[in-house]
Amino acid sequence: MNEIPLTHILFLSTALFFIGMYGLFTRRNLITMLMSIELMLNSVNINFVAFNKYLFPDQLDGLFFSLFIITIAAAEAAVAIAIIINLYRSHQSIDVDDATEMKF
Amino acid sequence: MSNYLYILWIPLLPLATFVVLGLFGRKYFAKSAGIISTASLLTSTILSFVAAKQYFFVDGKVNGIYQKIIALKYTWLQFSPNVSIDMGVIVDPISVMMLIVVTSVSLMVHVFSLGYMKGEERFATYYAFLSLFTFSMLGLILSVNIFQVYMFWELVGVSSFLLIGYYFNKPSAVAASKKAFIVTRFADLGFLIGIMIMGFYGGTLDIGLLIEKLTSAQSPEFLSITSASFLGASMLTWGLTLIFMGGAGKSAMFPLHIWLPDAMEGPTPVSALIHAATMVVAGVYLVARLFPIFSMDEAALTIVTYVGAFSALLAAIIACTQTDIKRVLAYSTMSQIGYMMFALGISKNGGEAGLGYMASMFHLFTHAFFKSLLFLGAGAVIHMVHSNEMKDMGGLRKLMPITHVAFLIACLAIAGIPPFAGFFSKEEILTAAFDHAHNDALDHGEGTWTMKLPLIILAACAVGVGFIPFSQFITSDGAALETHIDMIFSIAPVSLSIIAILLSASFYKNQNTKSDKAVALFGGFYRAAYKKFYVDELYLFITKKIVFPLIGQPIAWADRNIVDGFVMLIANTTAKISTAIKGLQSGKVQNYALYFFGGVIALSVLFIYIWK
Repeated sequence: MNEIPLTHILFLSTALFFIGMYGLFTRRNLITMLMSIELMLNSVNINFVAFNKYLFPDQLDGLFFSLFIITIAAAEAAVAIAIIINLYRSHQSIDVDDATEMKF
Repeated sequence: MSNYLYILWIPLLPLATFVVLGLFGRKYFAKSAGIISTASLLTSTILSFVAAKQYFFVDGKVNGIYQKIIALKYTWLQFSPNVSIDMGVIVDPISVMMLIVVTSVSLMVHVFSLGYMKGEERFATYYAFLSLFTFSMLGLILSVNIFQVYMFWELVGVSSFLLIGYYFNKPSAVAASKKAFIVTRFADLGFLIGIMIMGFYGGTLDIGLLIEKLTSAQSPEFLSITSASFLGASMLTWGLTLIFMGGAGKSAMFPLHIWLPDAMEGPTPVSALIHAATMVVAGVYLVARLFPIFSMDEAALTIVTYVGAFSALLAAIIACTQTDIKRVLAYSTMSQIGYMMFALGISKNGGEAGLGYMASMFHLFTHAFFKSLLFLGAGAVIHMVHSNEMKDMGGLRKLMPITHVAFLIACLAIAGIPPFAGFFSKEEILTAAFDHAHNDALDHGEGTWTMKLPLIILAACAVGVGFIPFSQFITSDGAALETHIDMIFSIAPVSLSIIAILLSASFYKNQNTKSDKAVALFGGFYRAAYKKFYVDELYLFITKKIVFPLIGQPIAWADRNIVDGFVMLIANTTAKISTAIKGLQSGKVQNYALYFFGGVIALSVLFIYIWK
């Protein structure tokens, strides 16, 4: 079986990261923005796993790191959705453009 | 040497009373504050007498000389191996004597106030302040370290401020307390500088060590302090004079005496406390405590002598012209304190030459009793006639027999003690207060027994304490001193006193114009004395016309424009910058995300390509 070169995987993760960033900047729906952030986190996970496999195949640090990130991401999703529900209750909307009171 | 540690309780009990009454007095002890405070002070008084008995009669003496005993010393702040601020308890003849004086006079005042201050709204607060005052004075007496003296010195100042301004809704009382505080604070500045000089050259703040180092003419400290000079006087003279300045402020010596007559605005028992036992003798005590050092410097002693003598004379002259009974007593106090200072000034350290020191302490001791008696008597009279003016008082002998006798005894005591007999101001009070002819019908009783009892006790003291063989106990070097009353010498002052009494009796015994004639005879001098020789006006002139426009206003201008201006510049700049960039906080989450990622990219570029 042919080895997939590292650059391919890095290309994939970079693409994922910027797709996520694009979504974060352009979407106005908070749920979609949250999904975009998850995309970015996952691209980082891919990086960790790939580097671990290609550079230090006999160690497990990168895998553990990505496991931690998945845990944090789950917690973060819970908190974010709680915030979104509260926002919806107070503003009857989950559009970020409707929640701009916190300014000077 | 036995254990004197229990002396610590003497100041601590009033402190505890102060804390308890100060915190909970108005709520829980509004009625019982007087009893609580008096009981705690009674314990202190008993302890003082126990200490005095133990010290003077049991174990204070070693080889015929009374020892200085440091009962307790606790280093509080250590600056360098030698210089430290200590808290401690010293036991020596003058401190034990002062313990007796302060606790017993304060106790009399406490008991007297039970009747005098009855029904006052802030009764508990009054007793809390009295306790604080007693505590600070006791702490001052027992100080081992000159800085400890200074701290309690300030505490005395604060508590006197509180007591003089006790009737705080009376503007004159507020002004008087402020005046007393500012004048004594000004004097304390000198005291502090004096302490610094002593500490710098003596290399220690401990009184015992300081005396040891500065009284041997060969020690390096003594040589350095006498060889350094400033404006033509040695640093020793400067240090001692500045310390004396602090003492003069508290003891109301000319020219820092202006607060004393105004201090009469406080309740009368407070005046008794301030004038007899506590605040004003603090200065004398300070000089006596450092007397071995003072005796090494002729110039400083000369200043003490002249200031004392001049104040005594000045106060006596002013007292003759005043009509407010408390003011007369205030000036008489100033006069008596002047004598004490004078006696210290002409004294030498040790042996026969230390007679002045002994006499000064003796006078302090007796003065405390008869002066508190005079004030409490005056308080009883004021309580009854509701006036401070002596012309309103007259014919009270039949109405207030006990007060009459007590006052008479006090006046005779103040007038007739060799070697420094009193001036005729006090006889004026006596005759004016009690034998002045016209009599208003008064329907009050003489006051409660709590007001009479202290008068009786103090009268007994005023009669009795003169017979104490004082020179056996308190001398400048601790060794007993043989004194012999020189009958020939005492004829002159005593006869002078009697002449003065007769003269004032002829003035005031019946309604006549003799006193008016005497006033006319002295004319301008009388008016000047009545106006207290314009010292107050001089102070006002100096402060209002010279200090305020020439020093105060330029400094105020600099403060407003330069110091404040700089601060305002910083504040305004910050405000301008904030206004300029506040638009960045738009409230749009995605903008913030953009800034964040922009920042990350900028930092990446910086660290990867530029910083290397």
